[in-house]
Amino acid sequence: MADTMQFDLVSPERNLLSVAAREVRLPGAEGDLTAMPGHAPAIVNLRPGLVTVVAADGTETEFAVTGGFAEINGESVSLLAERGHPRAEMTQEVFNEMMAQARRRVETAKERESAGEELVAAAVKLLADMEALGTHIGLDPNQANFPH
Amino acid sequence: MPSLKDLKNRIGSVKNTRKITKAMQMVAAAKLRRAQEAAEAARPYADRMSAVIAGLTAAAAGSAAAPRLLAGTGEDRRHLLVVMTSERGLAGGFNSSIVKLARLRLQELQAQGKQVSILTVGKKGREQLKREYGALFVHHVDMSEVKRIGYENARDIADEILARFDAGEFDVATLFFNRFESVISQVPTALQVIPAVVEEGEAAASALYDYEPDEGAILNDLLPRAVATQVFAALLENAASEQGARMTAMDNATRNAGDMIDRLTTEYNRSRQAAITKELIEIISGAEAL
Repeated sequence: MADTMQFDLVSPERNLLSVAAREVRLPGAEGDLTAMPGHAPAIVNLRPGLVTVVAADGTETEFAVTGGFAEINGESVSLLAERGHPRAEMTQEVFNEMMAQARRRVETAKERESAGEELVAAAVKLLADMEALGTHIGLDPNQANFPH
Repeated sequence: MPSLKDLKNRIGSVKNTRKITKAMQMVAAAKLRRAQEAAEAARPYADRMSAVIAGLTAAAAGSAAAPRLLAGTGEDRRHLLVVMTSERGLAGGFNSSIVKLARLRLQELQAQGKQVSILTVGKKGREQLKREYGALFVHHVDMSEVKRIGYENARDIADEILARFDAGEFDVATLFFNRFESVISQVPTALQVIPAVVEEGEAAASALYDYEPDEGAILNDLLPRAVATQVFAALLENAASEQGARMTAMDNATRNAGDMIDRLTTEYNRSRQAAITKELIEIISGAEAL
């Protein structure tokens, strides 16, 4: 069995990353998981969180993603995320903007009388996950309260 | 017969017009390249998305509770037409061809007694449809502030459509936009997004996946994203088409202006020559009369 697999991180706007990886740690919607070569084929929903890619030479790269899903099979992992940023680029500013977006979604979901409770709940859940992500990597979610 | 001065002014003004159309053509060419790159960069995501959905639908087909976004409302009575046009004109037949296609479909649907509503993106299409079908407008998305189309824009539009679907305002939603074929050819396209249309061919390969959570839950999460992805792709195709159409239109305009300048210059020279000849005749006949 090959000891690496192809890892692609794709956003709607462009391909963010395409490397050979030894393992990929993913923030699954129902718990974190690690995909390694030879993993059983699976499609997993993701929550906003950190994706860690361990390259063939053992170096780790981290990405912050805002949800999406991953397609895993023995030879490759494709991660389709709405937004993805390398950890190093996740500054407070970027995070604030992401938080503002998540908040705006909650607002619009609530405003629409037609929207079902599920929609609102989903938006609120997204916001909470985003906050957790920020706290996890040492950014302050509350700073984003003040629009600038 | 216009005077020499008139002709000269006329030539000057056509020359200025040619400068403007030439500049617009070059700007469109530069923007076209960027728009095309953006459209191509977005393709892998859309392709994978539709492949996964095809697999999921095959897997979920057995279960009774297929999501409404996929199965539809069970009716085909109320239609939402999403007409996507540009914010600016001077792009040849770009906007008209979309509006024409939408209008055809609209009349067809109305003839069948269906209820139609219209959501417009971009003001050009709105202007063209307003007089006839203004009463059918339900919403307008203004893109004039948008410099570079991002996924965010698409998601906002998709959210709007989905909210209306959840509220039970329509059964079928169709996007109207121009598919970018080449610089000289943009094809007006109608794409049904709700209920989702799944391509059959791709389904078979991915039937053996494990799904976490189950197929239904993933599908529920994915289908709204798929709508946003399709809107995004349509926006990008439209943007590339707009620049392509504008480039071609401005190229033609530049060439026409050139032809016009040639014609006017010939006329100007002829008039000038005629005036000189006339003066000469006057002098000669004056001299002969002495």
